[in-house]
Amino acid sequence: MSVVALDNQDYAAKTGPRDTRASYHGNIMVYVHWEEHLFFCAPLAFPLPPAMPFGALVSEVIAPHYAPHPDAAHIDWSAAEWMINNVKVKPDFNASLEANNIDHKSVVRFWTPGLHGETGH
Amino acid sequence: MSGTKKLGLRQRYEHMTRGLDWETTYQPMDKVFPYDQFEGIKIKDWSAWEDPFRLTMDAYWKFQAEKERKLYAVLDSFAQNNGQTGISDARYANVLKLFLTGVSPLEYAAHRGFAFTGRHLRGSGTRVACQMQSIDELRHVQTQIHTISHFNKYFDGLSEFPHMHDRVWYLSVPKSFFDDARTAGPFEFMIAVGFSFEYVLTNLLFVPFMSGAAYNGDMSTVTFGFSAQSDESRHMTLGIEVIKFLLEQHPDNLPIVQKWVDKWFWRGHRLLGIVAMMMDYMLPKKVMSWKEAWDIYFTEAGGALFQDLARYGLKMPKGAEIATAEAEHISHQNWCTFYQYTHAAPFHTWMPDNEHLDWLSEKYPNTFDKYYRPRWEQWAKMDKEGKRFYNGALVQLCQTCQIPMVYTEPGDPNTICFRETQHGGQRYHFCSDGCKDIFDNEPEKYIQAWMPVQQIFQGNCGGPTVPDVLNWYNLKFGVDNMDYAGSPDEALWNEWHADKVKAAS
Amino acid sequence: MSQLASITLMQNDDARPVIDSIIADNPGVKILTMPGAIKLDCEGKITVNRASVEERLGRPWNLQELHLVLISMAGNLDEDDDYFTLSWRH
Ligand SMILES: [Fe+2]
Ligand SMILES: [Fe+2]
Ligand SMILES: [Zn+2]
Repeated sequence: MSVVALDNQDYAAKTGPRDTRASYHGNIMVYVHWEEHLFFCAPLAFPLPPAMPFGALVSEVIAPHYAPHPDAAHIDWSAAEWMINNVKVKPDFNASLEANNIDHKSVVRFWTPGLHGETGH
Repeated sequence: MSGTKKLGLRQRYEHMTRGLDWETTYQPMDKVFPYDQFEGIKIKDWSAWEDPFRLTMDAYWKFQAEKERKLYAVLDSFAQNNGQTGISDARYANVLKLFLTGVSPLEYAAHRGFAFTGRHLRGSGTRVACQMQSIDELRHVQTQIHTISHFNKYFDGLSEFPHMHDRVWYLSVPKSFFDDARTAGPFEFMIAVGFSFEYVLTNLLFVPFMSGAAYNGDMSTVTFGFSAQSDESRHMTLGIEVIKFLLEQHPDNLPIVQKWVDKWFWRGHRLLGIVAMMMDYMLPKKVMSWKEAWDIYFTEAGGALFQDLARYGLKMPKGAEIATAEAEHISHQNWCTFYQYTHAAPFHTWMPDNEHLDWLSEKYPNTFDKYYRPRWEQWAKMDKEGKRFYNGALVQLCQTCQIPMVYTEPGDPNTICFRETQHGGQRYHFCSDGCKDIFDNEPEKYIQAWMPVQQIFQGNCGGPTVPDVLNWYNLKFGVDNMDYAGSPDEALWNEWHADKVKAAS
Repeated sequence: MSQLASITLMQNDDARPVIDSIIADNPGVKILTMPGAIKLDCEGKITVNRASVEERLGRPWNLQELHLVLISMAGNLDEDDDYFTLSWRH
């Protein structure tokens, strides 16, 4: 479907998105969500260099931001299950975000077996 | 003039409102009214417009003046008697902060929207109704600012409301709602605001909520609320007339109108989540739960309305069932969000005390104990240990409603609902099917959204750190924000309270 | 399915005769009281009669004075000099 506007022909030419990768000064925006832990109300958003290793995303970004939860101290990262852009994957911790298929506005979801927050089971 | 019979209300109204307009001759009518055709709505006979409220301009001025006199008498005596010291609790003032920053600017947006719409629809009956509503909405924003200005003398978080409305992350939710409506055509605006918002949803905002203001000792707010709401009855009537008029004019209008009803019901439902939270969490003394209000004003009243409109082939809005199921969750999910982001908002939050938790358990027997209470108790425990939880990262937002992605999968309250669309080689994310459908129908419109989190990361909001951004919001750290416990508001309240105790002894 | 016609009024002195006349004139009316407001519901149809209000008020009353105490309503409106009716019937 397409927009209903007075000037239908030129509408798309005169307008555009305000959050393309080019406007992030070399970063990409990545969304991360720890499943079964709605203690954190929504997925978190981070501007990150695409060359960052996946392992650094885990140790430098994800782990510190989720640390306030009592389950966080018990996470076994080698057992965590990952989903990147709706696909279940085993990420390569040594490879970059880009090499792990994480691009601008990708969603990275993870599950921590045995750890289910306050209301999971 | 002797022997002239006194005219009845109907004739008086017709004499005063009809024949006011004319067919233009210097310019073709289509050039004078350039906006009323591109949406695809077909009008065969503008004179078929019915005005059920037969209010003439002179009667309008007379009654509005009377309403203003009454309202200002109450405001004056509230101020004279230091009514602010008699509210149920200082936590209540946070409701006014949310209202003034989030709702009052919408009244102003409605004023502008109806002024524009009234100018651009070519039927004179419609124009008169839109003009009155436009003036009403201006009255609403003015009386709200006047009323709440008294609280601004004592409580924090109120003084920068117009500046904040344009900048603060969650205020892009109400702002973008009206921006969306006002940048649509005039007929969509009427269905969006006149019908979906005013008729189907504003009762939920103004009736139980303003009644709550009365119950919490705020006579000034309940008076502006009900004074505004007395105009709202006229607005609701305009909303229902416009939908009947469009559906009666041409059968081709039905699918267009249905799409707008689906869209604006869903946008309104998302917007009102803030009111749900105010009712269940922010009113120290409660009138009814959000769920109870939803049952009365949507399930029952909306049910009667859509049963009536079924004769035109119009169906219940597409998201109605999901929205009704969400009425058991939405206030909790929103409070959870503001509780952990209150360092970035110009109002205070807190964990409810045990009595309040028990009330929530009782009002939400299917959901509160199972999905929310354990988390609330965890936060209370952390708070006691000196580790009050604030979320240090920014969040993902829905591209349509611009709310953080906090809502859960239908039927699965432990799992966030993720929806996604690709457009022009970019990913766009949504909180629900309702929001995704709206985007997919007009992607060129919604890709332009000014998304607060994206703008912060791009460096457009004062700087890279949280203090930079709060500074850009004109938000005073440690004063306007953070938990209610330890706030200057709390200290002031305790001071007033100590004075009262001293005076009594 | 039930279709309630409804009117919500302020709970104050000006509204009292209107509330009383609605209760008297609309058999089966259901009442919901809230702080500061009262919601009156009636299956299918609910009416305010000018004569009935005037009787209680003891003075002439212009039906449009209703605007001063009205908070909300539900139903299709029919307004004249003598009555103000909300209904879901056609
Ligand atoms: Fe308004
Ligand atoms: Fe309105
Ligand atoms: Zn959304």
